[in-house]
Amino acid sequence: MSISEIDRQWTTRIRRRVEGKLPPEKLLPDTQPVYVSSWIYVFGVATLSALGIVIATGCILAIRGPQWWHGSPYGHFINSLHLWSVEIFFFTMVVHLWGKFAMAAWRGGRALTWMTGVVTFLASIATAFTGYVSQTNFDSQWISTQAKDGINATGAGSIFNVLNTGQMLMWHIVLLPLAAVVLTALHVILVRIKGVVPPFEEVTE
Amino acid sequence: MSKKPFRPDVDAPEWKGGYGPYDIIKEGAIAVLVILVITMLLAVVFGSPDEKQITVKNWSNADPIDFATTALSELNGTSTSAQYGAPYNTASSGQAIGPLSLAKWAGVRIPINAASDFVISPLKSLPDKPVLRTDLKMWASASTSTRNGWLESYTKASSNMKFVNGQVVVNATSAGPVPTIIEDLTQMARSGALDQALVTGNGFYTTDFTKPLLFLADSGYMANLADAQHLTGDQWGMMNETGSYPGQAWLWLYTFWYQIPPFNSSGNGDALVWALMMVMSALLLFLPFIPGLRSIPRKLKLYRLVWREHYQDTK
Repeated sequence: MSISEIDRQWTTRIRRRVEGKLPPEKLLPDTQPVYVSSWIYVFGVATLSALGIVIATGCILAIRGPQWWHGSPYGHFINSLHLWSVEIFFFTMVVHLWGKFAMAAWRGGRALTWMTGVVTFLASIATAFTGYVSQTNFDSQWISTQAKDGINATGAGSIFNVLNTGQMLMWHIVLLPLAAVVLTALHVILVRIKGVVPPFEEVTE
Repeated sequence: MSKKPFRPDVDAPEWKGGYGPYDIIKEGAIAVLVILVITMLLAVVFGSPDEKQITVKNWSNADPIDFATTALSELNGTSTSAQYGAPYNTASSGQAIGPLSLAKWAGVRIPINAASDFVISPLKSLPDKPVLRTDLKMWASASTSTRNGWLESYTKASSNMKFVNGQVVVNATSAGPVPTIIEDLTQMARSGALDQALVTGNGFYTTDFTKPLLFLADSGYMANLADAQHLTGDQWGMMNETGSYPGQAWLWLYTFWYQIPPFNSSGNGDALVWALMMVMSALLLFLPFIPGLRSIPRKLKLYRLVWREHYQDTK
């Protein structure tokens, strides 16, 4: 096999591209620019941490099924952890988002990083919503019957039926978390590739 | 070849300053630990709400007149579900955004015939009811105008509906089988049999609660419970949950539009709010490419708080 033939292989090309874009020192850095020294930077990693707890507690709830938590004090506690980690996840994510807005963090070829972050935020809202309508209690009954009107008005209600509890549960535990996690991974990889946006240049008076 | 001009809201200056130590793994581990502790504290102190689900049985026993009135509205086609439009039926054209009738274009994909699905079909599943069986046959064989006559007569008299000794009492004359239909459906609901009949229409296994939820949503009973729990639309209901919990606080902007005109008074309110939120989401998504909007952070100068030390050092 000739060298040029190896060079043309998809595998070789992709490996080289990844190696060039994301070398180990960028993926797992041990230094960072000195301007990265504000509490606002904590909210990105806090969002990731909360997401981890959301997924872990969701997995525990999944083991015994969607109605277990109503009749088990332990299940109810896991549900409480799930709820509060979601609340923290959104709080930290929104602070992270507005912090990045204040920094105009899309500068320097980081537009895709910003956009994956926004789409992750929107996907997370949909994930949380489907969780609220899958609770199998009065909250889910009321929220689903109210939310149907907005979704039906867009035409999406014809395939996304918020009153179909089984369908909502599948979206909540499979499709939307998958989207949120993949988007989050992409977002983090882009942050590692591009690095943290530098400060605006200001003319000193 | 001329060099492209530097655009401060698009381009970032190359960092030529110093670097400090950064232990990303340690930072991540500490963050997980801190968030876990905060989550556990909140879970232990506040727990989570779990207001018991309501059933058609609960409803019909707690407020049989509201149930019977709602059942009548399903039968005479005046309920919200009966008049909804797509995706449930063709009773109305549904909401539109200007010329865009998105719901209508998507079509009837979850067919609901309120009279048949909520009233007549469940009653057909009741065994050993010879009078009901005869009355259902009478209903089935009657012309539309005859049915309308019966319904009109019963509906008129139903303003004085009473519930006496466990029975629905309406002094209607010439109402054909309607009194039996409403009375037997009420008894079926009070026994719990209607809950089951509404979900098993498609067979033994089901996870689809569209029919009982639509039926419950047509009632005054469910709305009253929601009102007591500060969950109705004018109480910012979509983002709230039962009890004093933050709910979906991130939906505040979406819910906000429902509180103000024209959204809270328009027949197309839902469609308009969704259209507005879609536009706003698109603006947020494409912010890096929108001149003017992308300059806001530079002009606001909030970034000076973030990079306070950097600007002090470079002074």
